[in-house]
Amino acid sequence: MTDPRISLISPTGALGMGFLDESLERGIALKPDVIACDAGSTDSGPFYLGSGTPKMSRRAILQDLRRLLLARDRLKVPLIIGSCGTSGVDSAVDWMRKMTLEIAKEEGLKFKLGRIYAEQNPDLIADAFKSGKIDPLPGAPEINEQTILNCSHIVAMMGHEPIVHLLEKQCDVILCGRASDTALFSALPLMRGFRPGPVWHCAKTIECGAICSSITRADGVFAEIDDNGFSVEPLALDASCTPLSLASHTLYENADPFLIREPSGTLDTQNANYHALSERKTRVEGSVFRPERYTLKLEGAALSGFQTVAIGGVRDPYILARIDSWLAEMKVFFEERLQELTGKTFGQEVRLDISQYGRNAVMGDLEPLPQEMPHEIGLLFTITAPDQTLANDVARFVTHAASHWPIPEWKGFISGIAFPFSPPEIDRGPSYRFTLNHVLIPETPLSAFRFAEEQAG
Amino acid sequence: MRNSVSLGKLAQLIRSKNAGPFWITFDIVFENDVDFERVVSAKVLTKEWISGTYKIPQDSLIFVEIPAARAIKFSFPRPRIQGDLGETDMYSGQQYAPLLELQIS
Repeated sequence: MTDPRISLISPTGALGMGFLDESLERGIALKPDVIACDAGSTDSGPFYLGSGTPKMSRRAILQDLRRLLLARDRLKVPLIIGSCGTSGVDSAVDWMRKMTLEIAKEEGLKFKLGRIYAEQNPDLIADAFKSGKIDPLPGAPEINEQTILNCSHIVAMMGHEPIVHLLEKQCDVILCGRASDTALFSALPLMRGFRPGPVWHCAKTIECGAICSSITRADGVFAEIDDNGFSVEPLALDASCTPLSLASHTLYENADPFLIREPSGTLDTQNANYHALSERKTRVEGSVFRPERYTLKLEGAALSGFQTVAIGGVRDPYILARIDSWLAEMKVFFEERLQELTGKTFGQEVRLDISQYGRNAVMGDLEPLPQEMPHEIGLLFTITAPDQTLANDVARFVTHAASHWPIPEWKGFISGIAFPFSPPEIDRGPSYRFTLNHVLIPETPLSAFRFAEEQAG
Repeated sequence: MRNSVSLGKLAQLIRSKNAGPFWITFDIVFENDVDFERVVSAKVLTKEWISGTYKIPQDSLIFVEIPAARAIKFSFPRPRIQGDLGETDMYSGQQYAPLLELQIS
């Protein structure tokens, strides 16, 4: 026999983005059964997984985490944090653990802390690939064993089962490596026996906090699930969750708005109906969840080189009128100089990209107005090389030669590019690329993950 | 016969965004059912138009009309994997401009 209903708060879309204190207070007053918050995404690009570096600052994470740990302590309900440190690599879970223990000590909090590690050993993933345990998703790049071994980090996106595993062990605070955002919110309701259709759809709706409401600032929502559906209201009083705002949220960052794949199956929201319970609160019914073969989405990133960039502007109408040929001419010289200095040629190993901001730099080949000319153009030079020194060495002769490259209209030595900085070259450090768009077929929902428990405070 | 109007004027929101590192998705949201229905029945924003504008085969397109959200949504595999060398738009946030000028009768 299940409780008739279960309630959750999603205090903000991403840990470290902030939320209003009074919103959290209102959430606490509503006595939720669980607080869950996502802390990661691949959205910001491959750097965070490739390098294992968090996107949010320690300062921002500490501030949100402290408020959530204090709220949890007052409510004595589980706090679940997903995809620690943006990418959910092991070191990011450890980074969050340190902050959690630090806060517990400072605030005199006592709780059982659980950790779930989601990072995968590339050697074992390569073995799984050889034995046919890895399948491509639609549009996945071709991979081989070497692609996997080249990854600096690989994570598997956990479903709700590993989280349930630690909830069953009475963990009060759970720090997850890479996790499906929805799994954070669905773990406790599924453990308590609520039907998966409403549970997963509710989780999908509230995972970004108040983004499913009428406001776009970072803040939270409160949701209640029963066996026939769920309802959502924002924590901020000046916001509302309307049938339209909830239905619209299924669009956001999903390729397909109706079918959303989770490790254990697919959420189908096609027949969901939304109706307003009040001006601020909406109820959703009719979503279904279809169990499917259990798969874990893998994310992997590998080093693609080291980059040096330079930014400069061109205002001279004579140069602008011939900008394509002007850049093409200097590229021929860059090629010769590169050969002379390093014996290398531009191509796979060393790469030079010049984008013209103001002219097709954003849409590239898809630009519908490729011939439109602005009165000034911003140039971005990007040099990619196997090491930083080489990238910088190349950038230095590129910026120097480019800024004095002649045009026939002027007789004599010109300075044709306005550089805002000295030096104009900026070392960007390592660059990464996403390498895997694949799923792992695990032995069990838990088998790819590692667990740890300890007493805090 | 009413005057035609651009999609950019008719929609309350037009946006593009990554849907994971391998897909790009576009949302066109309307303020009321009349505007939504007008665009749907005009049959100008079609798989054919999208395929031509974004240079992708029709069979790799997902195209849906969602009355509950008063929205039209389409998605296709990203021309370049997010963040690969040569990337111009890490979030795919500025790829919707061609939609604005689409004329709706």
